[in-house]
Amino acid sequence: MYSEKVMDHFANPRNVGEIENANAVGEVGNAKCGDIMKIYMDIEDNIIKDVKFKTFGCGAAIATSSMATEMVKGKTVDEALALTNKAVMEALDGLPTEKIHCSVLAEEAIRSAIEDYKKRGGVVNE
Amino acid sequence: MNSVYMDNNATTALKKEALDAMLPYYTDIYGNASSKFYRVGRDAEQALYKLRESVAKSIGAEYVNEVYFTGSGCEADNWAIKGIAFANKKKGNHIITTKIEHHAILNACEYLEKKHGFEVTYLDVDEYGFVSPEAVEEAITDQTILISIMMANNEIGTVEPIKEIAEVAKKHKVIFHTDAVQAIGHIKVDVKELGVDMLSLSGHKFHGPKGVGALYIRNGVRIDNLIHGGGQERGKRAATENLAGIAGMAKALEIAVENLDKNMAHCKKMRDALIDGIKKNIPYCRLNGPEDEGRLCNNVNFSFQYVEGESILMMLDMKNVAASSGSACASGSLDPSHVLLAIGLPHEIAHGSLRLSVGEDTTQEEVDYVIEVLPPIIQRLREMSPLYEGVEK
Repeated sequence: MYSEKVMDHFANPRNVGEIENANAVGEVGNAKCGDIMKIYMDIEDNIIKDVKFKTFGCGAAIATSSMATEMVKGKTVDEALALTNKAVMEALDGLPTEKIHCSVLAEEAIRSAIEDYKKRGGVVNE
Repeated sequence: MNSVYMDNNATTALKKEALDAMLPYYTDIYGNASSKFYRVGRDAEQALYKLRESVAKSIGAEYVNEVYFTGSGCEADNWAIKGIAFANKKKGNHIITTKIEHHAILNACEYLEKKHGFEVTYLDVDEYGFVSPEAVEEAITDQTILISIMMANNEIGTVEPIKEIAEVAKKHKVIFHTDAVQAIGHIKVDVKELGVDMLSLSGHKFHGPKGVGALYIRNGVRIDNLIHGGGQERGKRAATENLAGIAGMAKALEIAVENLDKNMAHCKKMRDALIDGIKKNIPYCRLNGPEDEGRLCNNVNFSFQYVEGESILMMLDMKNVAASSGSACASGSLDPSHVLLAIGLPHEIAHGSLRLSVGEDTTQEEVDYVIEVLPPIIQRLREMSPLYEGVEK
């Protein structure tokens, strides 16, 4: 049901964890629906120097979080904002129809973190 | 470890004896049981009678002709609900069932509500999944034509007080059906002793083949056909009989009934070892369903806080363990299991459920292996979960 790439990103997720002094944090989804994605970023000079995630959810939710963070790492903020769920899906060699919403969530999580960054003006919150 | 199968509530492996009982009907006795004017047809007809007799005996039916073979447990359930509703709609339009039934019952009821003007009461259950006979009695109106309540729940293993509910139904002269698909072969099922009017069963839940089931219909109960066509099954269920399937099911059921006490004791031992091992080794977990009394001997169902069920299943699969979950993702819908919600679990706890169902072939080694591999899986997923942040500190 899942592609090999999805299985790989589920079994060996990249960028799992938290960034202690993140200057961008975004959280989307809710426990009721069974998916929550939280993205931490360290953005310097408009460049995403580091990105980590924590996800509560199914295999596809974990794999899309992993892939989306890989895709925005080292990119500029604008490049990250241009990331689409479709691109995440393609990078994972596709997702089952009922799992497309996971890729949408990943796109939203990235965007939510960057919005947080813009709101803060680059300030690290405690 | 080779593959560890812990999903016996989903289906069971076909028993060798059942397979052996099936094979002659694919080769030598291939006749149509309705073709009585030649030998191979008559042989099939006679075999069919013997097989019906065997199933009737296994479930304690008074008469052989009270057993009707179907293509599945799902068909038996659909037939019971729709057949009784349509045959009795002049008497009333009200059906009583519960919130934790199998979808074969729930969706058939919903269909009758939406398309045929029936009214259905879906009874609540308590935190362990029990239905109270008093609640059943209170729900009965002068329009009630059918009560359908499952004997044992497929997700959390709750064994319902069927005998008591049957008495209530009898007192009010309402037809009572029980879906015993998950129960039969795992607890004693005797239709006379239980006092039920109808009972559904399915071959593949007790080491028989898939694609065959039966509906027990007590003589005197009026029911409409679900499948129209030829005169098979006393004109009640058309289709050339699946003799091989029926033979496999009858054999598996005979063996299950013969070894019931032994298998129950073994399954219970494996079940309790799993429950104890999980409770001891994994914090923030919750056993869903009854603790001991009133729990199916082969069912274990836990919720693990802060994690989601499909992820658990995928990681267990990497360790060669087959299990199931009531999470939305595992069930292929937006909501987690209706059973887990009915016992009062919040959505996020229901999403983190895991069902492990043992069988007569489950070994202590396999149980030990699951208890060894599961805690690190839960821990790993929790470390990945934003809901767990702060909990670990």
